Amino acid sequence: MLDIAKKTLLEPAELGTRELERLFAALTAARIDYADLYFQHSRSESWSLEEGIVKSGSHNIEAGVGVRAVAGEKQGFAYSDEIGLPALLEAATAARAIAHAGAGGESRVTSHELRITDHGSRITALYAPLDPLASLPDDAKVRLLERVERAARAQDPRVKQVMASLAGVHEVVLVARADGMIAADVRPLVRLNVTVIVEQNGRRETGSHGGGGRFTYAYFTDPVAEGFAREAVRQALVNLEAVDAPAGTMTVVLGPGWPGILLHEAIGHGLEGDFNRKGTSAFAGRLGEKVAAEGITVVDDGTLPERRGSLNVDDEGTPTQKTVLIENGILKGYMQDTLNARLMGVAPTGNGRRESYAHLPMPRMTNTYMLAGGHDPAEIIASVDKGLYAVNFGGGQVDITSGKFVFSASEAYLIEKGKITRPVKGATLVGNGPDVLTRVSMIGNDLQLDPGVGTCGKEGQSVPVGVGQPTLKIDGLTVGGTQS
Amino acid sequence: MSRDKSSPQSSSLSPGSRLTTDDPRLRELVASALAEAKQQGASSAEAAVSVSQGLVVGVRLGEVETIEHTRDRGLGVTVYFGSRSGSASTTDFSPAALRDSVRAACAIARHTAEDACAGLADPERLAKVIPDLDLHHPWNPATEQAIAIARECEDAARALDSRIANSEGASLSTHEGLEVYGNTHGFLGSVAASRHNLSVSVIAQDESGMQRDYWYTVARAPGGLEDSAAVGREAARRAVKRLGGRKLATRRCPVVYEAPVASSLLSHLVSAVRGGALYRQASFLLDHLGKQVFAPFVRIHEQPHLQRALGSAAFDSEGVATAARDLVRDGVLLGYVLDSYSGRKLKLPTTGNAGGVHNLTLDPGPDDPGLNHAGAGLAGLLRRMGTGLLVTELIGFGVNIVSGDYSRGAAGFWVENGELQYPVEEITVAGNLGDMFRAIAAVGSDVDTRGNLRTGSILIENMTVAGS
Repeated sequence: MLDIAKKTLLEPAELGTRELERLFAALTAARIDYADLYFQHSRSESWSLEEGIVKSGSHNIEAGVGVRAVAGEKQGFAYSDEIGLPALLEAATAARAIAHAGAGGESRVTSHELRITDHGSRITALYAPLDPLASLPDDAKVRLLERVERAARAQDPRVKQVMASLAGVHEVVLVARADGMIAADVRPLVRLNVTVIVEQNGRRETGSHGGGGRFTYAYFTDPVAEGFAREAVRQALVNLEAVDAPAGTMTVVLGPGWPGILLHEAIGHGLEGDFNRKGTSAFAGRLGEKVAAEGITVVDDGTLPERRGSLNVDDEGTPTQKTVLIENGILKGYMQDTLNARLMGVAPTGNGRRESYAHLPMPRMTNTYMLAGGHDPAEIIASVDKGLYAVNFGGGQVDITSGKFVFSASEAYLIEKGKITRPVKGATLVGNGPDVLTRVSMIGNDLQLDPGVGTCGKEGQSVPVGVGQPTLKIDGLTVGGTQS
Repeated sequence: MSRDKSSPQSSSLSPGSRLTTDDPRLRELVASALAEAKQQGASSAEAAVSVSQGLVVGVRLGEVETIEHTRDRGLGVTVYFGSRSGSASTTDFSPAALRDSVRAACAIARHTAEDACAGLADPERLAKVIPDLDLHHPWNPATEQAIAIARECEDAARALDSRIANSEGASLSTHEGLEVYGNTHGFLGSVAASRHNLSVSVIAQDESGMQRDYWYTVARAPGGLEDSAAVGREAARRAVKRLGGRKLATRRCPVVYEAPVASSLLSHLVSAVRGGALYRQASFLLDHLGKQVFAPFVRIHEQPHLQRALGSAAFDSEGVATAARDLVRDGVLLGYVLDSYSGRKLKLPTTGNAGGVHNLTLDPGPDDPGLNHAGAGLAGLLRRMGTGLLVTELIGFGVNIVSGDYSRGAAGFWVENGELQYPVEEITVAGNLGDMFRAIAAVGSDVDTRGNLRTGSILIENMTVAGS
């Protein structure tokens, strides 16, 4: 991977080890503790279909270098969309100025000699360094979308609109750090989404499904693509029958897989290192405390092969890992980038991520999920006298300081006397992060990961992530419907 | 690439150069992209080029946290072969990258379908005169000056109340940019604009726990920013007021949306009357043109040519001249939000909204004989509501534009006799947007002009609040 990255990013700009050393010499003035360069070249495309035809497509190229100097808690940052020595030296001068913006100690970076370490070759690659854009001829991409549309329409005559999109990214990154480490990654990412609108007696409802991961378009075989279409239509038809959702606090059973967005919002963000170093998270200072019911173990794992949230190395060159966040109900660890790990005196966990070279890295999730428990999902449903069974969700959000989070159901049912009865309209579920997992009373044996379409936003930066969980029963979650 | 030969490397902005209000190099780059598209066989084409630069300084607990120098550029091109289209974009302005991008767009256009509605805006709709909207007021403060401003803001927040226990910091950002758009109908227009922003977020703490809140000021010209200490104090006041938040019991009651969150209701309206949602039949306001959507006092209008305003534009993103208009008058929906494509789909002319609306404004009203004008702000609205919920923060995405179903997480205050009683949190507000629009009973005069969607606080007569 390092070879591919050097060929893509460094050689065209005539940047060799000597030039990088010169850059670090310019970057690591007195008082600078740490510095890095993040080279990125990203090609992406998207194709979209509606009204039966592929109407539009776009091809995008984004390339540049982010230059960062760190002094204590202070970060100086500049970037350039020209990969070349003069532009980089200028960016380095700008970034280095951080050292003078306030007091600081002695420089702890002494060596400017680059010792090349290729993390990419020391571990088994989690995904193949392939170019998804080149993995399928353009006319076949169009046919794939047309097949999705036909499958959706064939499913039910009430389907009035089908919108489908296919997107692929081929990203090559190289991280060079002032401590001499160089790491590279070649990251394919693809996604196929379908949304349908169905109509019956003047009422219109939608359903959506999709999937993807770090592989090529070859993943979207006919059965996979047609399966996405059928699932979108099934959800939309369920919603045609949905009645108004209840309002109030009740028992909620969450289905497996994508409903794991609960974990992402309720505890994931609150366990990111930056918020905990600063003491702004509702979870700050609670390591070792019980924050979830017995039997609950939650991990963030960037090493799952081919998953959307996985990375061989994070955006600071640290190899990703499986980090235990909660073990049997006890808070065990936070997710860290290099800056927050250093300031908190712990090891980085491979969670330093950034949207692009034009953004500073920060602690971010990869794939966050809860391990399976022992209950049969049918037994969990049967145990509920009156409640809500929510199996599909739109998005969610959290206030990490108060701990309050929400996530919005797009497919849900009433549970009455142990049986799933009527579908109800999407309702927003609201809860309190530090205590929601203490109310989990049953954990299913059916762990599933989401199909690979999640994107997480934090401080204006978006990164692809994954979630997952088994079926969960939560005693007392507020359901924001309209029927009180 | 006929014109490129006469304009070699000059098309890339060299680092460190200052932006000018009308950069001939960017105009030349747009012209080159259009010429290249023609050369490669396109029957028509459009291209946009943008460059911007800025400084973002973050201060936390009195110390500098980040200094970011931003410099972005991009070129986007769309080519048409008859009624088939393809698009491409790049951050590389070299002649080779420009050629490759046009080639990529043309390659896509070979595979997209014939679409009779596709194409450039009609020539007669393109802006002929481009008024100066006074949007470009670059600042370029010294880093130390920017730090001092952010620090003053955060210091004021931390000094306001002993319960301000922590901070997420204050940030001053300043940006200026230049955008040039051109198409093969001969349109070539450019806009230079600046934007300066000061924001702060602090955390209040007592025995009940921690609460965070923030405040910000934003303006085209540095002189338009609010006083930095005042911004800090407002953030601190808001955070402290939220301490001790409780849940409410589930109920139906009137709800006031405070102006900064009330603008979200305007954004849902725009989503529902966008051409794209209408021709896909994906809106609860389908076929509502000419119908009563709001109470009769409601007027919602676009003001694209307001001087220095954040949503002002002389032409939209396909070169069509913008114009002031009423979207809703006397509560009746008078128009949609259309670009050329969705207009053709709906057999209506474009409304000059490619890329969005421009300073969409909900006028205050109606006049309440019981209140003088000064009382028609938030306090007046709360008195009018009497007992109900004041929403000051919304979270989550529980809005379905197809059905109008609405359910979002909320925080705010319980109000009795027009007075705040206690903070509330971990609740939802729910309804159907169609019903909610009709139930808007009053709009305050406390118009928030910090964005493109402008409204005062909004009173909605009846919603479901879910809690314990």
